[in-house]
Amino acid sequence: MSLQLADDDARVTNSGERAGSWRAYALVAPALAVIFAFFVLPLLLSAVLAFRTKDGEFTLEHFAKSWDLYRTDLLFTVGIVLLATVLIGLVAVAIAGYLTLGENPRAVAILRWLYRWPLFIPFIVTGQIMRTFLAKNGMLNHVLIGSGLIEPLAAQSLLDWRGIVVAFVWKQAPFVTLLVAGAMASLESQHIEAARNLGAPRLRVLVDIVLPQVRGTLLVGLVLSFVTMLSVLSVPLMINPNSPTMITVDVAYRISTLSDYAVANALCLLTLIVAAGGAWFYLRRAAAEGGRA
Amino acid sequence: MNGATFSLRRWPQLLGIAVVLGLVAFAIFGPLANLFLWAFAEKWYFPNKIPQEFGLKFWTQVFSPRGNALGSLGTSVWIAVLTVVLSLAVAIPAGYALARLRLRWRGLILLAFLLPQAVPNLPVYVNIARVFYEIGLNGTILGVVLVHASHGLVLAVWIASAAFASVEPSLEEAARNMGASPWTCFRTVTLPLAAPGLIASAIFVFLESLDEFTGTYFVGVPDVTTLPLLMFNASMGGNYQIASITALLLLIPSIGFMLVVERFLKADVLAAVGR
Repeated sequence: MSLQLADDDARVTNSGERAGSWRAYALVAPALAVIFAFFVLPLLLSAVLAFRTKDGEFTLEHFAKSWDLYRTDLLFTVGIVLLATVLIGLVAVAIAGYLTLGENPRAVAILRWLYRWPLFIPFIVTGQIMRTFLAKNGMLNHVLIGSGLIEPLAAQSLLDWRGIVVAFVWKQAPFVTLLVAGAMASLESQHIEAARNLGAPRLRVLVDIVLPQVRGTLLVGLVLSFVTMLSVLSVPLMINPNSPTMITVDVAYRISTLSDYAVANALCLLTLIVAAGGAWFYLRRAAAEGGRA
Repeated sequence: MNGATFSLRRWPQLLGIAVVLGLVAFAIFGPLANLFLWAFAEKWYFPNKIPQEFGLKFWTQVFSPRGNALGSLGTSVWIAVLTVVLSLAVAIPAGYALARLRLRWRGLILLAFLLPQAVPNLPVYVNIARVFYEIGLNGTILGVVLVHASHGLVLAVWIASAAFASVEPSLEEAARNMGASPWTCFRTVTLPLAAPGLIASAIFVFLESLDEFTGTYFVGVPDVTTLPLLMFNASMGGNYQIASITALLLLIPSIGFMLVVERFLKADVLAAVGR
């Protein structure tokens, strides 16, 4: 809302002086240059190498090989990241919703203090933490056995796809929660209070009134998490390095063990297509909102 | 109101809240506690629930001159500081332009800054390492800083843009109407008001650089060893104690910032992210 105002404002002040626009581009240029030189160029190099034979001719064989060898891992990666994204969304909405609508101030305060701990814990540390916590003799199993929830013999290691999902949700949910809770806190409280006074249950208020207004923020958080998780190497490497595993592990293997840059780059381009799906999802929403404004 | 019946009626609900909060607490602190145990375990064999022997033997090993931890910590912090300086130097003007000035392809430019997050980083790091090798930047601090900065810019630009967007335009107008030049207005009105958000973005970039693993792994070899690299090598080598102690060192700044983040990142800034 405030940004919309600012935009209109800038339009008014700048319409007379054309200099305003080149100044704006000049301010953005250095940052764009850094991204271009140290991100876009290497990426283009990767795209070129994925389509080239040793003799420099165009080929699709690297993609054929990638598909042959790694299609299970590709589906595995998409499945894991999608599942984690959905779970992150549910956890974030549940926690942020309670922080906004909760009636027990003490519980709200405790939850606000609790949920943020993993917020800035690096992926590589999360990998190490979960590697010990979810192992067969890790603390999770000890607690489950100790509380009588499972038999000692039923204890199993969760260090497979489940471990990766748990690590991702544990690490990313607080980030999305922080964004969503911030957006919820800046909502007009009259609407919520009015609905509550009319006797609407809190879950209805959350789903019907609060959620639609913070949908944009939630979506941004989820898309950012989705693409971040797609490119994490350390967590799958530490939790579940054996097949089926995530594509990032395969890429690292192709390079560090086989020096096979061609297939590695082809795999990366395939992941890029998945990530582009996430970006498209965001763009479509941005376009829809822009159309309404 | 009768207090006794009130609390009696509320009792099942309070119990429910307590149970849920307890589960959340376990989900958050269980894994951290496990890490803590490993950091102080001298002997821990299956099927013991807790280590048989606690001690600081591995801590002295980590901090011994041969353990390399202090050197890696210094390298990590130095790289992170340089990354913050470089990122903010270009992100502040860009964020201001994106929030305040008319840009034809604003959405597209914002999306360009999303690229390093939206694209798997591995191919970039691998190919940049080959280029850097040829121009002599591989294994140098500068090389690692450039890679970290291109990634840190994402958060820096997005948060800076949101921070500037949440500054009330009428305040700037008032300054301009009283005759302040655009630069004076920016320096004395806009920048101080956006400062908490900018500090938050600086801390984000700092932490991201401190924790970065993949890029350093490819570009930093063989001379630049940061703390995450040290941790990874220890963990893959099966030395859980050394890995856990290094992980704890990495946790200190992360948790420190978590405790103060909302002081810098206000709700209005968060609400403006991505708009």
